[in-house]
Amino acid sequence: MSGAIKVAFAGAPNTGKSTLFNALTGLKQHTGNWPGKTVEQKVGRYRRNGTRFSLIDLPGSYSLSANSLEEQTSRDFLAIERPDVVVAVVDASTLERNLYLVRELLELGLPLVVALNMMDVATRIGSHIDVALLEAVLGVPVVPLVARKSEGLSRLIDAIEHLARKTSMESGDPLSMGSALEQRIDALDYALPAELALPYPRRWLLTKLLEGDPAVVVAVKAAVSAADWQLIEPQLRDRDATALTIAGARYDWAAAIYRQVVRREKRSASWSERADHVFLHPIGGLLFFMTLIFGVYWLMFSAAAPLQRWLNDLVVDGGSRLETALDGWPDWSVSLLSDGVIGGAGLVLTFIPILAILFLMLAVLEDVGYMARAAFVMDRFMHRIGLRGKSFLPLFIGWGCNVPAITGSRIIESRSARLTTALVAPLVPCSARMVVIALFTATFFGSAAVFVSWGMVMVNLAVLAVMSLLISRFLFRGQQSSFVMELPHYHMPSVRGVLLATWERLRRFVTLAGTVILAMSLIVWFLSTFPGDGVEDSFLGHIGRWLEPVGGLMGLDWRMVIALLTSFVAKEQTIATLGVIMGTGGDSALKTNLSEIMTPAAAVAFIVLQMLFVPCVASVAALRQETGSWRWVAFAVGYMLAISLIGATAVYQGARLLGLGV
Amino acid sequence: MNNENSLMPLGTLEPDETATMAALSGGRTFTSRCLALGFTPGAEVKMERNSGRGPVVVVVRGMRLALGRDESMRLTVRSRRN
Repeated sequence: MSGAIKVAFAGAPNTGKSTLFNALTGLKQHTGNWPGKTVEQKVGRYRRNGTRFSLIDLPGSYSLSANSLEEQTSRDFLAIERPDVVVAVVDASTLERNLYLVRELLELGLPLVVALNMMDVATRIGSHIDVALLEAVLGVPVVPLVARKSEGLSRLIDAIEHLARKTSMESGDPLSMGSALEQRIDALDYALPAELALPYPRRWLLTKLLEGDPAVVVAVKAAVSAADWQLIEPQLRDRDATALTIAGARYDWAAAIYRQVVRREKRSASWSERADHVFLHPIGGLLFFMTLIFGVYWLMFSAAAPLQRWLNDLVVDGGSRLETALDGWPDWSVSLLSDGVIGGAGLVLTFIPILAILFLMLAVLEDVGYMARAAFVMDRFMHRIGLRGKSFLPLFIGWGCNVPAITGSRIIESRSARLTTALVAPLVPCSARMVVIALFTATFFGSAAVFVSWGMVMVNLAVLAVMSLLISRFLFRGQQSSFVMELPHYHMPSVRGVLLATWERLRRFVTLAGTVILAMSLIVWFLSTFPGDGVEDSFLGHIGRWLEPVGGLMGLDWRMVIALLTSFVAKEQTIATLGVIMGTGGDSALKTNLSEIMTPAAAVAFIVLQMLFVPCVASVAALRQETGSWRWVAFAVGYMLAISLIGATAVYQGARLLGLGV
Repeated sequence: MNNENSLMPLGTLEPDETATMAALSGGRTFTSRCLALGFTPGAEVKMERNSGRGPVVVVVRGMRLALGRDESMRLTVRSRRN
């Protein structure tokens, strides 16, 4: 047999589709993007008795309307690529809602197997499903299973294989929409040319046209002559009302089947509902969430931070050992390896223990079903700054390091909210920036240091709020992400699923550090090493001198400019650079020297500049990965550059005008 | 008022109150999404949690959903309230 059987997994979010996919493929999967899109694509392999299966995990979607990039991607794949078998993963505990997608898949005329997942949850909530009857009514194989416990998987594979080997598909009667709609479908059929260069099944196309599906309307308009469109268009006038009728017809069908095959026991409130009295409570839920966040933070810093420091020592130690070992090699090659490779990308990798804990906790919270509740309690606050509840978590993580905050934005489904979150995440004052701020405030403000630091954090958060408002209002206008989210039943996390998700995110981070971050570290290393010795004679040094007039606006000389520029490698680099340029003698000498080259007003300007300056190299790489385009990266870098320069200049010039701290 | 079928925004229902979906507004993407989730006219909706501020929790077609406050005001229901 040539090639593997191509199986696509379709299903709504929270149906356990990924759990099923993971249970079948394990580590034999890889994650990438769909060609030309920023939608995640997961492809895996499965093999049984010499038969090979190629599995594709489609993005979760409630319907085949093209409401989001994810849904459109799924739909195009199904309609155009036409996989050998489609598995509709269905949550047995919310069968009625899930039948809607099944119906849409049936309308597409695809070879379908229904995987009736979470049978255990259905039983727990007192819902008994007559599987044989469901199979008879739907006319496609239905396989009950519990993906979380790997129950029923082999029967599912049996069904897939059987369906794939079937040579002919008996096409049943088209699913009726009711007589009024059928008349309109017929009329439209008459108006639409018989031969169309479109890859969609005709009846499906007619239905989607009547619904006013934007992508289909555009495609048909492009495929027919202007004269034909004149005939078609009048029939699509009341598309909003028609969309309502069609959705209603599909749900009537789903509800009728549901009543036929499901017997429900009277029972008291489910465990999930009772738990939500606490977790969704306006005050109690918030307190719980805050405690939880604190716990995650505590774990990160108590368990993982010592490990990080140990790795850090190891890296620093390794760097100096390498220098000894490479004695006799050209100086530049030693510096390349020890400062560029190990000092740059190597240092980033020492954050793995902290991130591992973080990703693990996130995976557990997602798997248990708590994430939707966290989004619920935070929505009220996040809504005010143009974001939705789900953005809070990644942004909060940003206090430690912006990189996981940016990559963490992946947990948000809506593209506009995800991008907004990633684009403002670099404004969260990360721990590295706080280190620099601590040095400057201690040097210039003595006992008032803590207030200056605190004030600066507030400034950053205020800028973050304003920027996210602006971005969501202007750049994503009309794409306001609405907050409509399912509250899935709580369940025990599956060890396999949690570990796989953690591994997947860690792998992504390591790949990032090994490729983009490494490359950027090397570029910065090159600029700060050549052509002369020491930073001051390097390209970077020259750039610093060249930019001195700009620095002058903020009361900063070229040394401060260079220190700021090198913070692009890592925010804490500012201190290291100042240490190199302004001579040795340790912390206290540096403080003395600093107060000689700048006034308190200039110091405040520098703090503002440092806090709001362009994201570090690792964040830039992460931004590129998550937004999928350099244009968004340029936008983030650009707006932060502008705000930091304007802010710092305003502070310095304002202070001069008022005669403060000069 | 003795109006047996009063129309009102979903977000104004009291906790544990049940009503029937009547109309949707708020743009194509939003309504299309809601329709796919089962908020079709005629569907029964139960308000589960509504604290007067912030998002609400409703039950539709056996599924529990969180809805933003604004979103809950864009769905119109027919209440059996007297």
